[in-house]
Amino acid sequence: MSDDGMIDARFKVDYSGFGLDVDLQIPGRGVTALFGESGSGKTTCLRCVAGLERANHGYLRVNGELWQDSAVGFFLPTHQRALGYVFQEASLFAHLTVRRNLEFGFKRIGGAAQRVKLAQAVELLGIDHLLERMPEHLSGGERQRVGIARALLTSPKLLLMDEPLAALDHKRKNEILPYLERLHDELDIPVLYVSHAPAEVARLADHLVLLAEGRAVASGPVSELMARLDLPLAQSDDAGVVVQAQVRAFNADYQLLSLGFAASELRIQVAHAPLPVGKQMRFKVQARDVSLALEKPAHSSILNVLPVTVVAEVAAQNSAHVLVQLDMQGTPLLARITRFSRDQLELKVGQALWAQVKSVAVLA
Amino acid sequence: MSLTSADFAAIWLTLQLASLTTVLLLVIGTPIAWWLARTRSRLKGPVAAVVALPLVLPPTVIGFYLLITLGPHGFIGQLTQSLGLGILPFSFAGLVVGSVFYSMPFVVQPIQNAFEAIGERPLEVAATLRASPLDTFFSVALPMARPGFLTAAILGFAHTIGEFGVVLMIGGNIPDKTRVVSVQIFDHVEAMEYAQAHWLAGGMLVFSFVILLVLQAKGRTKAVVR
Amino acid sequence: MIHRMSRLVVALSATFALSGAFAGEVQVAVAANFTAPIQALAADFEKDTGHKLVASYGATGQFYAQIKNGAPFDVFLAADDTTPAKLESEGETVKGSRFTYAIGSLALWSAKEGYVDDKGDVLKKNAFQHLAIANPKAAPYGLAATQVLEKMGLTAAVQPKIVEGQNITQALQFISTGNAELGFVALSQVYKDGKITSGSAWLVPASLHEPINQDAVILNKGKDSAAAKALVEYLHGAKAAAVIKSYGYQL
Repeated sequence: MSDDGMIDARFKVDYSGFGLDVDLQIPGRGVTALFGESGSGKTTCLRCVAGLERANHGYLRVNGELWQDSAVGFFLPTHQRALGYVFQEASLFAHLTVRRNLEFGFKRIGGAAQRVKLAQAVELLGIDHLLERMPEHLSGGERQRVGIARALLTSPKLLLMDEPLAALDHKRKNEILPYLERLHDELDIPVLYVSHAPAEVARLADHLVLLAEGRAVASGPVSELMARLDLPLAQSDDAGVVVQAQVRAFNADYQLLSLGFAASELRIQVAHAPLPVGKQMRFKVQARDVSLALEKPAHSSILNVLPVTVVAEVAAQNSAHVLVQLDMQGTPLLARITRFSRDQLELKVGQALWAQVKSVAVLA
Repeated sequence: MSLTSADFAAIWLTLQLASLTTVLLLVIGTPIAWWLARTRSRLKGPVAAVVALPLVLPPTVIGFYLLITLGPHGFIGQLTQSLGLGILPFSFAGLVVGSVFYSMPFVVQPIQNAFEAIGERPLEVAATLRASPLDTFFSVALPMARPGFLTAAILGFAHTIGEFGVVLMIGGNIPDKTRVVSVQIFDHVEAMEYAQAHWLAGGMLVFSFVILLVLQAKGRTKAVVR
Repeated sequence: MIHRMSRLVVALSATFALSGAFAGEVQVAVAANFTAPIQALAADFEKDTGHKLVASYGATGQFYAQIKNGAPFDVFLAADDTTPAKLESEGETVKGSRFTYAIGSLALWSAKEGYVDDKGDVLKKNAFQHLAIANPKAAPYGLAATQVLEKMGLTAAVQPKIVEGQNITQALQFISTGNAELGFVALSQVYKDGKITSGSAWLVPASLHEPINQDAVILNKGKDSAAAKALVEYLHGAKAAAVIKSYGYQL
């Protein structure tokens, strides 16, 4: 059977004090985040995919190509897998210049397979000026960009990234994130991205696998999973939804973008630099930025007031708040309101309301 | 100058012995060091202990057992004889074999330490960049362990030059074959030729001092670069 | 190091054999070839005199260097006569104390039974790989061995096969481990009670080499030692002579 366009991964690992037991079907394109707390098994899972860890029971097929099947004793060693791996610390070869680091994998895959060119990767990651330097003379952010370029230059069929931003401070993170977004936009390479930062996941991932204690708790599109109240994501401070949208218009006078959805005629206004009409993009709405009203407020500074219906409700970790899942004509939305307000409004499942969205973060 | 041609012959022989021993030890010691640095085998302890034995054993013990095992009734002696090579004691080849064993820890341990210092990560990185294990060994492990190799070569060379007990036990004091500088010095002292003994012994002293000085300086620059 | 002195207290405790009024201790530097005889002599000497004998074994040349540099020996039993004479002329010894305590005999010995014939023809056949001798520069028995080869006209023929031990003990070791098929050793090393203890040997006639006179001296440090004086007297005696001869030495 051919399962092109899918990554089919089953791993069972038993270490003393830790076990991994996952069975994942992941889309073979876009960015999939492996998300979980430290110790949840996400890095082990990634290492199993890379073949750096050999699962006693494992099966791995990447876009139709078999990499491991322990049932028949098949295990493709790491160096024969067409993957790129970006480690948490860039792990550049200290004895080689940046250029020689970049060429290390590039020259080993041979001419015909070199789909990503040196100049292209260098330009994409903005490291042209670093080529002749030794790794010890680079900043943390520069090193990580070289590490990413080095992995890309093996023209991987699958790019694995193990918390590539975790070792960096806030400023460096923001320095690299745009490059990762370009990667997503410009190269059609599926990415498995390990992270424990919801903000990174919201910004980069299309698909999400939630791991806890070595097991996959949930797997699905980011927009769907982030809106689910039964998952730990909803309880985080950054709880919210990621919404796919399209640029419909730009008001140059007020510098406002008008965004529309595939499923409805609703519009969302957001202050932003101009973007071409028709461009696909994503934005995030935090649960704490959504408030609810029984009637449509007539006079408000809030731009986006949208009709919604209540889908479900769950208590927040603190006893003062509740989380409410809403449906905005086919687009999920989360709101975090006080329990007091909930009782005042007498919220019920299926009830129609107005959601006021205080802030919208454009992701890409 | 009071060095005789016999003294120069001994010096030349010693340099040949030390050079050949060092080269052989680098070739033999590198895979052993690599294995010791990487293995999780239960044999690691015993093998490491055997390699380190010459550090604690008196050279006479090593020399004595070499004399027995390399001799006509010994295990290796039987082997060399069946191969038509005769026996190894009293030959330059025998000294090389003895020196390789005797100087082994001085070469293996610095290389092993250097390999261990590299850690798992660069090797994993190389694998994800399509380098086979052998390719990784030559393109990553060896270059990264280079300082360890330099230390190993210097120590192995110097230690072989300073070797005495083992040579005495299996050498037979044959000019141009097994009469190295340390034995020559001993001969001079026994024959009460103190002036010549002084020239050679003083030379050894200066040589050893310079070697240690070089190693010290090397240690310092390494620290600075880091 | 092989020559680092291995001190051996041969004695029973001096305290329980108090026949002399002033029991003392004598430190003796003993040439390696005389190891076995001195061990036999020491027990008897201690019983007779009540003095304790502490022996160090080593090479004569090395003892010379150590004595010149203050080594704490009372008596020196050398493997030759030149070293004691040299020490005497340098004022390191008690004047008039020098005497020949044994005359060494040389043996051509092999650990293999029947390998060495009783005329030494095995040397002329030259069918061996290695012939062990003591270092002729440092050891009198080594020098004597080269004189024998010279007299037999075999020097050039066997030269490439000669392996040298640093002393006569090491030469014996080369042979007994089989690394050298045969070699010249001190008869005392392989001889006990009138016969060869193992292997096969040719007792080399004394006419083939200069006599190996082994001289003893009392060193300056032993000048006032009653034990040192007692030992020298004991070595001069008939009882000692019998023991020494039983090990293959002449007197």
